[in-house]
Amino acid sequence: MSEPAQMTERPPLRVRLALRDLDGVTLLVLPAVLFVIALFVYPFVYGFILSFEPKAGGWLANYRKFFSDPFLYDTIAATFWLAIPATLINVLISIPVALRVRGMTHRRILTTILVIPITLGTVLIAEGLLTYLGPQGWFNRTLMMLGLISNPVRLVHNYTGVMLSLVMSGFPFTFLLTLSYLTGIDPSLEQAASTLGAKARQRFFHIILPLLAQGLAINLCLSFVQTFSVFPSAVLLGAPAGSTRVISLAAYQAAYEQYDYSMASAIAMIMGFVQLGVVILILAGRSFVYRGAAGGGKG
Amino acid sequence: MAIAARDFRELRLDGMSRAFGTVNALKDVTLSVRRGEFIALLGPSGCGKSTALNCLAGLLTLSSGSIWLDKDRIDGLKPEERGFGMVFQNYALFPHMTVRKNIAFGLSMQGRPKAEIERKVDEALSIVRLGDQGNKLPGQLSGGQQQRVAIARAIVIEPPLVLMDEPLSNLDAKLRLEMRAEIRRIHELIGSATIYVTHDQEEALSLADRIVVMREGRVRQVGTPEDLYARPAHSDVAEFMGYRNLIRSQVSSGAVTVGGATFQGTAIEQVSGAGVAAIRPDDLHVAADGPLTAKVETAQYHGDCFYCSGKAADGTDLYFLSPTKVQKGDTVRLAADRDRVLIYAS
Repeated sequence: MSEPAQMTERPPLRVRLALRDLDGVTLLVLPAVLFVIALFVYPFVYGFILSFEPKAGGWLANYRKFFSDPFLYDTIAATFWLAIPATLINVLISIPVALRVRGMTHRRILTTILVIPITLGTVLIAEGLLTYLGPQGWFNRTLMMLGLISNPVRLVHNYTGVMLSLVMSGFPFTFLLTLSYLTGIDPSLEQAASTLGAKARQRFFHIILPLLAQGLAINLCLSFVQTFSVFPSAVLLGAPAGSTRVISLAAYQAAYEQYDYSMASAIAMIMGFVQLGVVILILAGRSFVYRGAAGGGKG
Repeated sequence: MAIAARDFRELRLDGMSRAFGTVNALKDVTLSVRRGEFIALLGPSGCGKSTALNCLAGLLTLSSGSIWLDKDRIDGLKPEERGFGMVFQNYALFPHMTVRKNIAFGLSMQGRPKAEIERKVDEALSIVRLGDQGNKLPGQLSGGQQQRVAIARAIVIEPPLVLMDEPLSNLDAKLRLEMRAEIRRIHELIGSATIYVTHDQEEALSLADRIVVMREGRVRQVGTPEDLYARPAHSDVAEFMGYRNLIRSQVSSGAVTVGGATFQGTAIEQVSGAGVAAIRPDDLHVAADGPLTAKVETAQYHGDCFYCSGKAADGTDLYFLSPTKVQKGDTVRLAADRDRVLIYAS
């Protein structure tokens, strides 16, 4: 007799878990969790610990070495010098392009064309740029044939080459993201603004931009992280010993040229924390902008 | 100075047409609106009433025809150059701005002095009775309050013309009645002309000075609510105005034959031979000596009477009222007054 009474007092474990949104389906998240632990958490923790076990010196020796050797710490500035302009160019250009594409009838075709560079990958883009923009490429030969220049313009194996590649491979991402944020803004808001006397420019600055700001911040973060970890194009199209000696290259050299995994881990950690710092900075800036829905009402 | 609509004498639509590809969404709409008038554009969905409103606002360009405000042709102007106030179906409030900023938007776009803007916004807030909600964001307001903000934002710029696109369709029934009265009150207060799009005939009848009934992009009838209610000009307008009984029958010298019974009617369109008799359910009532016999199929209780549907002896569907309780299967006799049986060509 007491048994059913107990049942009513305390529902079975299964029900109690379900009330906290834990049921059989929740188990499906396990493979993903294992994946993240194996491929992200474990290497990160391993590298973090490894960076404090230098070949020689105290536990901070790697970090001390990095920040006392200009050949190493200058890579941070060199990377910033590439990543910040590339990110800004990509995100800022994506706004007018997305605004234009939004109203087009054959939007899908144009989007497809713009997105093709994603499928190419950085190495193919680098190869193309080397062929077309190199000293013997058609770009320079055409200009020389037309008599516009007497000597080939240097567009690859320097800062320009890396920047071009970063824009080409990064733009499709920023464009797609901006486009999707932009199409999320209710078109009747702009119509309302125009009936209230706002010209195109005023509609952009008073309505579109504030509602887009949230999306642009996310876009800046993703684009920045992507460009900050630039490696293939910096090596293939840049001047790896000079102006485009980026931080990931320093880590690569420590690991595979000096076989100092501990030092390489330290550089990777520094790189990670710099990225994290910038992302936190951008996201903190979001608190100054509107973060709610971009709809016009209950609709 | 109180908020009052900019003065004008006449807004004239002259052959206003708009095509989308090969589809004529709006065909040859001609209409003249005076200051202070409340016009309802009424019609089923897809009849072109919203297209007409968007053309007036400047959100759509005309395929042909013209729009005149007194002596100025305005159909070439962009929406921002027309200065009409518009209330959108989904309100289209700027979600990142407070209620005050939303209402002030039009005035600040005109570059008015700050003190004037503040004063006008205060006044607009009091007109729509939202005095204490000024610093909230639209997302924190209820649907009815958002609606009030949308109206305040449209009228604060003192437009000669206020355009409303089914503004009440997102509200519940009780709020809809309340806002209907509010809209009429505000319209009279500021003295603008209002053009109000709706598919709800009851809304149009209760609000408008004149109703424009549209169908398939064309104007079918323009008239006062009384005209439209009592004397629809065509059978399709009658159908839309709630004449649920549209009975095809032979017409001879003003009489129609329905289910074997003959009714005297009023000819709206001259017809002899095949025609349509239109009768509102409210006008077809149960009467012991009525000429028409019908078998009741459904009876819905509506407080003071029963809304019934049934079939005549020849199978014609009939909709009528019964003051007393009837049940499925009952046989009743029905009658209708001569001037409430309208006869149209078929």
